[in-house]
Amino acid sequence: MFEVIFLQLLNGLDKGSAYALIALGLTLVFGTLGVVNFAHGALFMLGAFCAVAFRRLLTLETVTLDPTRLSPWGQPLEVRAPVVQAWFGDFGAVLVNYSVPISLLLAIPVMLIIGVAMERGLIKHFYKRPHAEQILVTFGLAIVLAEIVKATFGPNPIPQPMPTDLRGAADIGAFFGMQANVITYPLWRLIYFVFSLLIIGAVFAFLQFTTFGMVVRAGMADRETVGLLGIDIDRRFTIMFGIAAVVAGMAGVMYTPLLPPNYTLGMDFLVISFVVVVVGGMGSLPGAVAAGFLLGILQSFASMTQVKAIVPGIDQIIIYLVAVVILLLRPRGLLGRRGMMEA
Amino acid sequence: MFRPSNGMSRRRLIKTGMAGILATGVSPLIFSKGAWAQEFCNNPTGATVTFGLNLPLTGAYAEEGADEQKAYELAIKHLNGEGDGGLINVLKPTALKGNGILGKKVEYVTSDSQTLSDVARAGATRMIERDGAIMITGGSSSGEAIAVQSLCQEMGVIFMAGLTHSNDTTGKDKRRYGFRHFFNAYQSGIGLGPVLGKEYGNERRAYHLTADYTWGWTQQESIKNATEALGWETVQTVLTPLGAGDFSQFLTPVLNSGADVLILNHYGNDMVNSLTQAVQFGMRDRQANGKNFEIVTPLISELMAKGAGENVKGIFGTSNWHWALQDEGSQAFTRSFGAAYGSPPSQAAHTAYVQALLYADAVERAGTFYPPEVIKALEGHEFDGMGNGPTLYRAEDHQCMKSVLVVRGNENPTSQFDVLNVVQEVSREDSTYDPAMFGGDLGPAEPAPLCT
Repeated sequence: MFEVIFLQLLNGLDKGSAYALIALGLTLVFGTLGVVNFAHGALFMLGAFCAVAFRRLLTLETVTLDPTRLSPWGQPLEVRAPVVQAWFGDFGAVLVNYSVPISLLLAIPVMLIIGVAMERGLIKHFYKRPHAEQILVTFGLAIVLAEIVKATFGPNPIPQPMPTDLRGAADIGAFFGMQANVITYPLWRLIYFVFSLLIIGAVFAFLQFTTFGMVVRAGMADRETVGLLGIDIDRRFTIMFGIAAVVAGMAGVMYTPLLPPNYTLGMDFLVISFVVVVVGGMGSLPGAVAAGFLLGILQSFASMTQVKAIVPGIDQIIIYLVAVVILLLRPRGLLGRRGMMEA
Repeated sequence: MFRPSNGMSRRRLIKTGMAGILATGVSPLIFSKGAWAQEFCNNPTGATVTFGLNLPLTGAYAEEGADEQKAYELAIKHLNGEGDGGLINVLKPTALKGNGILGKKVEYVTSDSQTLSDVARAGATRMIERDGAIMITGGSSSGEAIAVQSLCQEMGVIFMAGLTHSNDTTGKDKRRYGFRHFFNAYQSGIGLGPVLGKEYGNERRAYHLTADYTWGWTQQESIKNATEALGWETVQTVLTPLGAGDFSQFLTPVLNSGADVLILNHYGNDMVNSLTQAVQFGMRDRQANGKNFEIVTPLISELMAKGAGENVKGIFGTSNWHWALQDEGSQAFTRSFGAAYGSPPSQAAHTAYVQALLYADAVERAGTFYPPEVIKALEGHEFDGMGNGPTLYRAEDHQCMKSVLVVRGNENPTSQFDVLNVVQEVSREDSTYDPAMFGGDLGPAEPAPLCT
């Protein structure tokens, strides 16, 4: 039984990693700019499509017709040769194999530009507008972005293979001296969990230990006073929006081997991430991260057959059920701050 | 001038006489031959006739929907006398002439069902009421098929189902106005069971992950019955939501469940995801109960196999049809489709194409678009040349009886299309079953409802 519980715990942490990363970005935006950004899931999806675009670039092929061989429908067979391998040989093959992690290098600047452009071009015009209007405009933006991706890449999910060396499962039990093959878990999912911890740690360290972060935190606490000190807090908040976009984008890139992305990916994660933010407490970064992992773990345990035998269908509603209970007991969420959305 | 003795005028006499004829009910006898010609839903009166293509162009089964659309467009071209004629040249017997249907050019409208039953039903309603579709066809989910079939029965429009594999479609939910060419889950069990027994032995413990809707339920039941008949034990059956995406929380408990076979009752993108993730969990490298852990996908298509890539190698499943079959019909369809779109057709494309042609042929044989007459023409119809050998459109449940294929993921593909191998062709006789087995009632064909 221990191994069953341990595996579900791992699965919960793995699921919670994606929730926590998206919720972290959402909270950064809400905490700094006070905007409820329904387009944040779309940023996760755009990040995933950075990986797709990068791989497409790497796997461009030259197509020639071989008249000596026929296709099943009787036409000369198309012979495809990858361009990158032809140019770079083995190094080209390595690039293709590691396209997902390498595409992080593309996603970071692209998502930063998208984030800053989004904030400057659209969202800043809605700072002083009611939250309902912010939700409407960002939700509309999410739909537009999804439709652009659908028109560009098609409606179907596009598989992104993980590097061959990182496929398969890691024998965690054997690593800790237990019997082999009892506790195994997909290696890439473990990598995703560690990756999310690193990103979360980096964001917290940036806010905690840099002057820029200190100013941002001060701005989050009292924007007017920081402005009165002569600090251009708006510019810093714009950069924070860009950083939130980068976090969402990187989370999306690394998620692609786990779930082939399509244009609905953002919406699939958005609703659950908002529940995570609300449960964690609006505007609370530690709350968002804690709630992300907590809800991931609960969702995973609720999927166990032993649990579903007691409460059928509990895995489908557990997150919302917990949200209701927590909001009843702690209306500001787990670590919510006084004054957030309480005007 | 004629003047009757009682003083009645000639005009009055004629009026009275006609009224008498009408009142005595003679008129229906005079006009009955063509009376129904004007009395049914979307009777095509112009030079064209419209098919309503209800296709999942987005959602979990979008890839099948896109391939179905290509097939329908090709079928409509062939019906209108364009292209190489495709299967019209090999269908036996055939009343098709390549000049449309009853001389009317075939046109079509489409609707994206989003792989959702309620959207499919709304789309079909729109195509019938707004676009005047004479026939609705398509779909890649049994949930959609059953919902649309029921609607078509209410509206008096024939529904030629696309890809639907649930036993219920031509079982407990069958309808007089609905017809299915595709095989079903029970037939998958008949075909797959013996092959699994031969390959994996009779002492296995199976764990089912099943899509939580009509198709998943009936496939799970059929495969469970087939494997338990071999002596296998069913360890656990778990329902998963359609379009779940991440199946990790359902796969994790499989690892230490004591099972040595995972049966994935999933289709489309769901199957691609669940199979890929199961392989990521190391299930194909595991040993359980002293045996190699195996994965089985009872219903599989070329599109899914392509999506799953390396992960599908060596995996067993069943298919309705495969482009590599060597009969004249399969070769003709593969040639036409490949030349038009640069890839071989999927089983979804094949069933869609065949259904469009069979409907057109039935109308030609009936000599009318009047649905009850077309239904009569389809019921009990025997045909050949469409790629599955001699086929019967069974009158009792509107299920096509034909051969079924057991396939396996190709270990050594020679091209990007060479992803599945046919390992066994189960004959029509062996895959036939009692039409009363799954219950249901077709309901009446007449009076034909009017879609007002």
